[in-house]
Amino acid sequence: MAVNDTLEGTHKIIESAREQQPHLNPLAPTVNDFNQELTTLNLGPTHPATHGIFQNILQMDGERIISGVPTIGYIHRAFEKIAERRPFYQITTLTDRMNYCSSPINNFGWHMTVEKLLGVEVPKRAQYIRVILMELARITDHLICNGILGVDTGAFTGFLYLMDEREKVYEIYEEVSGARLTTNMGRVGGMERDFSDIAIAKLRAWLKTFPGVMREFEAMFNRNRIFMDRIVDVGAISAERALNYGFTGPNLRAAGVDYDVRVMNPYSSYQDFDFEIPVGTKGDTYDRFMVRNEEIWQSLRIIEQALENLPVGPYHADAPHFYLPPKQAVYQNMEALIYHFKIVMGEIDAPVGEVYHSVEGGNGELGFYLVSDGGRTPYRLHFRRPCFIYYQAYTEMVVGQTLSDAIVTLSSMNVIAGELDA
Amino acid sequence: MADQNESTPAQEQAAAQDPAAQQNAQLLALLHRLFGEAAFTDVEESYGILTATTTREQIHGIIAGLQQDEELQLNFLTTMCGIHWPEQEGRELGMVYHLHSLTRNIRLRLKIFFPIADPVAPTLTDLYSAANWMEREAFDFYGIIFPGHPNLMRILNVEDMDYHPMRKEYALEDGTREDKTDLFFGR
Repeated sequence: MAVNDTLEGTHKIIESAREQQPHLNPLAPTVNDFNQELTTLNLGPTHPATHGIFQNILQMDGERIISGVPTIGYIHRAFEKIAERRPFYQITTLTDRMNYCSSPINNFGWHMTVEKLLGVEVPKRAQYIRVILMELARITDHLICNGILGVDTGAFTGFLYLMDEREKVYEIYEEVSGARLTTNMGRVGGMERDFSDIAIAKLRAWLKTFPGVMREFEAMFNRNRIFMDRIVDVGAISAERALNYGFTGPNLRAAGVDYDVRVMNPYSSYQDFDFEIPVGTKGDTYDRFMVRNEEIWQSLRIIEQALENLPVGPYHADAPHFYLPPKQAVYQNMEALIYHFKIVMGEIDAPVGEVYHSVEGGNGELGFYLVSDGGRTPYRLHFRRPCFIYYQAYTEMVVGQTLSDAIVTLSSMNVIAGELDA
Repeated sequence: MADQNESTPAQEQAAAQDPAAQQNAQLLALLHRLFGEAAFTDVEESYGILTATTTREQIHGIIAGLQQDEELQLNFLTTMCGIHWPEQEGRELGMVYHLHSLTRNIRLRLKIFFPIADPVAPTLTDLYSAANWMEREAFDFYGIIFPGHPNLMRILNVEDMDYHPMRKEYALEDGTREDKTDLFFGR
């Protein structure tokens, strides 16, 4: 096979691209012309303000950014390749580690993709439980992003208050799944266990205390003169450019486009709830901050409605081929033992087909493109990772701005390294 | 699940009332009108999304035409990725494009296939800025070359890697290992 020929051709193309645009090549020696007095600045890979491992090589003219070269892939773990050898239920743990600030959304998004492929109908109660957990995840995701935006502008206090609240949400996760950060929550076909009384009690207690803390946070930031001076009109992007760059989620809504997967393609019974989609006007850092704050309030509304109307019934679908039987039954019941064995050993074939399913993740449209050839593992699994797609725009957004503006722009875009690199 | 490819009259009637199926029919009619029926093969509706295969010579024109189209406004590139089917002689490598109309809420999946000996696909960077990194990713993992791409370099893997790891000939674990049997885990 002509692999070597291909590689040679590839290298030629790369070389010619580098020659045409030397500024894009991070390996090229830096031209430091004293007449222009340009400085090369490495922002990252490990910089406190990147909140993850990725690098930006910035060309600076004094305090202004002339150009930037983002380098990513520092924590690439080849999830798409690994997924090609794992049965469906083992892929959940890979999705945890993408956007680790809102793992439940990734988990359920993946489960819903598989359920779509298998044609499994999930009972209402499981759908509502999923909605509650996904909205909790969205709140924690936004809390981190907005809290850290405060830290990056020099206001540490708000972040500490919010981390305290996030901790309480993680305790609710713990009651539901036993884990905190990488939750591995739910199963194909529903939830692995029902909400316990303790989980409900913790959730109700949190719903009482959290709005007060959130109001305090907003009082501290929303109209704070110093904070606004730092972030208004910083890192703005127009709606046209944002769409062209494939923005989704709060970053796109801040630019004024009301695209939300929960409304446009409702999944997991989102059509049952009454909530609003906040949009911004200018797409700057302040708009992104405010959109996230408002989304937290809307998520609270959804959680309250879901908890109020939580249906009674089973918490998982009757799909014995894919949903593990209770452990007790495995020891006493032959059918359960057979199903248990077949599921764990991956003896059950999936239908042939290709399915794309997307959910509204913390950062935007989180999509799963699953190609199944009928085997126990996906033939091809592609994750549409919102961070990976919109982070390309970062250079365009910060060119012409100062370094401190670049830092707050990066914070407000909420780039999660795990999702960026997958 | 087994008979999903056969449609009975009852199913066809159900499809006629289903708004998603109607939208897909409308989209297919538009595709045929703008680019001709010969441009598309293997047209099917896969879990609600209209899927069609076209050629690499036509894909750029089709996506550009859909971007400009005022009727359905399929002007959002959701994602694109490479795929490798080693058994398909002469069309081993492929690119899969997902387009979305945010105003009409219609999705479209387009595919192209080409030989692995000539892994060249047109770049979409002139239409969508978002295509830049997605094409670098496809190049990185499948070795698909996009002539005209402004900066076709590896993106997630290390610079000096000399193969394209998502191709099927590269097994996930070291194939030379003899200390463990791989009977149950793996294809």
